[in-house]
Amino acid sequence: MQQDDVLNRFYKGLQDGLPIGLGYISVSITFGMLAVSSGIPIWGAVLISMTNLTSAGQLAGISLICAHASMLEMALTQLVINIRYALMSLSLSQKLDKNISIPKRLLIAFGNSDEIFALASTKKQTIGARYFYGLMCCPYLGWALGTLIGAVAGGLLPENVRSALGMAIYGMFAAVIVPPAKHFHPIGKVVLIAVVLSCIFAWVPGLNQLSMGFVIILCGVGAALLGAYLFPIKEAQG
Amino acid sequence: MDIGRFLWYVVVMAGVTYLIRMLPLVLIKKKIQNPFLKSFLFYIPYAVLAAMAFPAVLSSTSSVWSAILGLAVGVLLSFKEKDLLIVAGCACVTVFLVEYLLSSFGVITF
Repeated sequence: MQQDDVLNRFYKGLQDGLPIGLGYISVSITFGMLAVSSGIPIWGAVLISMTNLTSAGQLAGISLICAHASMLEMALTQLVINIRYALMSLSLSQKLDKNISIPKRLLIAFGNSDEIFALASTKKQTIGARYFYGLMCCPYLGWALGTLIGAVAGGLLPENVRSALGMAIYGMFAAVIVPPAKHFHPIGKVVLIAVVLSCIFAWVPGLNQLSMGFVIILCGVGAALLGAYLFPIKEAQG
Repeated sequence: MDIGRFLWYVVVMAGVTYLIRMLPLVLIKKKIQNPFLKSFLFYIPYAVLAAMAFPAVLSSTSSVWSAILGLAVGVLLSFKEKDLLIVAGCACVTVFLVEYLLSSFGVITF
């Protein structure tokens, strides 16, 4: 592996992480408002966001806290909702520069949220630790800041601005998915399969009762397995 | 609220979530050779992302129409391989403008 095949500039990561950070603000404002309205103190809401960095898990978490659930229930719920991260970390492990040391991996693991993972793992190059640190910054700050804003003053940002910011993450998804799908069509087919599966789970009565974490695993794994079976990749594209 | 119990909840939440993310990243350093598994891992980010994006995007804004148009602008600009920030920014501005129009015609209210 040559050095210039490794993406390892902190600033580049910082830049790439900015839209994720903006998108996170709008999502975490909602979380902050919900947390405080369910009786969690402002500092508590921010503490949860700064230690967890995951949307669905945190939302489930506050409802369990309010229900005075047992610690075991809390642990199992988090496991089910967040098990998809194991898959993402496994995938990311193949994408990281293999010389990255264990302590650095411990820090990288903390920032491996859905969107950060998506951005890092769809880069052509191998990912270096410094790039990943840069990538984590804006999303982490945005997530904490949005939670604080939502917790302190839910109505601070006008509704129309919050609504528009909600699109930032999906714009980013498009920018990540579409260009490689254009150059390598099997990606587009896998994406289509995943979208169809996801619509089925969202709209078919009964199936739409499943938790969001499970649905993402089922659809993601289903589509990727089908893709691997139907369009196995050769060395050059991996 | 019992502060001690609350802190334990946070420890359990954060601990479980972190372990799930950390173990594969630390334990697996070797490159996987199996072609099927390699293909699977190559497709996983796109598949997961697509499953997360759709149909969730339709309810991400104040109106389905602003979401559809925002997404359309995002996909179009991505197809033209514009920079990520530009794509995300234009998609947001589209949503803002569409919702401005919708609200001035009274279709949605803020």
